Amino acid sequence: MPFDPNVLRRDFPILKKKFSASGKESDKQIPLVYLDNASATHKPRQVMDAVKNYYEESNSNVHRAIHKLGEKATYLYEESRKKIAGFINAESANEIIFTRGATESINLAASSWGRKFLVDGDEIILSEMEHHSNLIPWQQLSIELGVKLKFIPFLENGTLDLSKLESLFSDRTRLVAVTQMSNVFGTINNVKEIIRFSHSRNVSVFLDGAQSVSHIPVDVKDLDCDFLAASGHKMCGPTGIGFLYVKRKWLDQMPPYQFGGEMIGSVWLDRAEWAEIPYKFEAGTPNVAGAIGLGSAIDYLSKIGMKNIHEYEIKLTAYAREKLKEISDLKIFGNPPEQGGVLSFYLGKIHPHDVGQFLDNEGIAVRAGHHCAQPLMRKLAVPATVRASFYFYNTHEEIDKLVEGIIKVRKFFNHGI
Amino acid sequence: MEFDELYQEIILDHYRNPRNFGEIDNEPLSIEKDNPVCGDHVKLMISIGDNGLVNDIKFTGEGCAICMASSSMMTEMVKDKPISEVKGLILNFLQALRGEIDDSILEEMGDLTSLKGVIKFPVRVKCAALSWNALNELIRD
Repeated sequence: MPFDPNVLRRDFPILKKKFSASGKESDKQIPLVYLDNASATHKPRQVMDAVKNYYEESNSNVHRAIHKLGEKATYLYEESRKKIAGFINAESANEIIFTRGATESINLAASSWGRKFLVDGDEIILSEMEHHSNLIPWQQLSIELGVKLKFIPFLENGTLDLSKLESLFSDRTRLVAVTQMSNVFGTINNVKEIIRFSHSRNVSVFLDGAQSVSHIPVDVKDLDCDFLAASGHKMCGPTGIGFLYVKRKWLDQMPPYQFGGEMIGSVWLDRAEWAEIPYKFEAGTPNVAGAIGLGSAIDYLSKIGMKNIHEYEIKLTAYAREKLKEISDLKIFGNPPEQGGVLSFYLGKIHPHDVGQFLDNEGIAVRAGHHCAQPLMRKLAVPATVRASFYFYNTHEEIDKLVEGIIKVRKFFNHGI
Repeated sequence: MEFDELYQEIILDHYRNPRNFGEIDNEPLSIEKDNPVCGDHVKLMISIGDNGLVNDIKFTGEGCAICMASSSMMTEMVKDKPISEVKGLILNFLQALRGEIDDSILEEMGDLTSLKGVIKFPVRVKCAALSWNALNELIRD
């Protein structure tokens, strides 16, 4: 099937809806132009049906019920795990741990792997472009353990300055944790090179895949990363579900992250033994519906093809960049050679919040803020940016609407200055 | 339309030409506040006379139209007023903004009436409240 965003859009009920600026049904209804996909994508009907079907036909707890529903639920839950493993080309489904999302995945790794393998004086290398979720868990761990954090700087074009990488390494470096794709610049970082270099120094690499996994083909075997975190809600899946991929050799050595039901082998009053991998990392009743929804989202994305999605988004982003450049006073941050569908910009002296509010009134949803990257914003010397982020269901016409909207914003706040 | 209520001409006027924007000399009481939601940043300075009146109040910083306009209007409102009265004004304004009391109270507050529209945009309430929270903290003791 040839790739056609207008055909794919039909699968997304929310994209057919019209909204009035006021929210009142009596006012003029305008179509939604949704350009906040780096924050959360919409869900195709197939995913919503999968969740609904689970509740209607197989609702039950997993891994403990002997009855039919329990078996069905467990089967679907584990099938989703296999789908994720296949999607990122993991060696085995046992290397996939279900979490609430990328944030919990990073917390899990920091808490379990970090406390087990790091001691006072060790070093972790992050980058200056990390989302808070791939900064704060390591930062707090560093405070707790006396671990030192170092940062790969980014250049003005929004790429990491890998020429500095070697100088950041020492004989105490234990981990490099970086994002595969920036949620501010859209930069697709050369993580393969980072991993190759780190491994040559016997240092493990944690990849934040929250942005990348939904937009580009990701192959953990080819990359050879040690960890990969991702969120379902950014890849057509439900909220509250995500996963952590961990290379088997680490999983065997990592202690549990949380304790309780589902994660145990045998329990006595004064001690306990853990369930096998990966269950020992999944305490409590998991988000079964979310996991099944995520599995369905992966089916959906696989059918379109990640390569097709990436290629289309490159074209769409290049088009948006060209159009936005024509607006005077508009400054786009970064111009990385490898870029996913994310553009951050500033419009003259108009605060991003005002730009975002105005565009919302025109039916255009963008993000305005610091995008959970305050240190990055500080380096750019701006309080916030406007961010437009695309997905395969966005069209060139929607980019045109964004541009028209921005021209109106300029007029409104500057009085034609 | 609600958008027009949010960005009334009077608000845009305060945003484009903020009143009492700048620094106070001679080491006034000062405080800096950030709004982590959108990156508004405000520095507020105040000098209080022996008579308990607000002799001077100024602000600097950068933020969205709502934040800047609210700061500007606030400085106009509280200048030359006794601190005891200012405390009451802050309380009333913040409570009205958060929807805890009837917003008609804003009608007695001059230009600040125009900020009524913000109440319908919960995310923007923080923008309008930033300077007021700063002032509250500054004169609390």
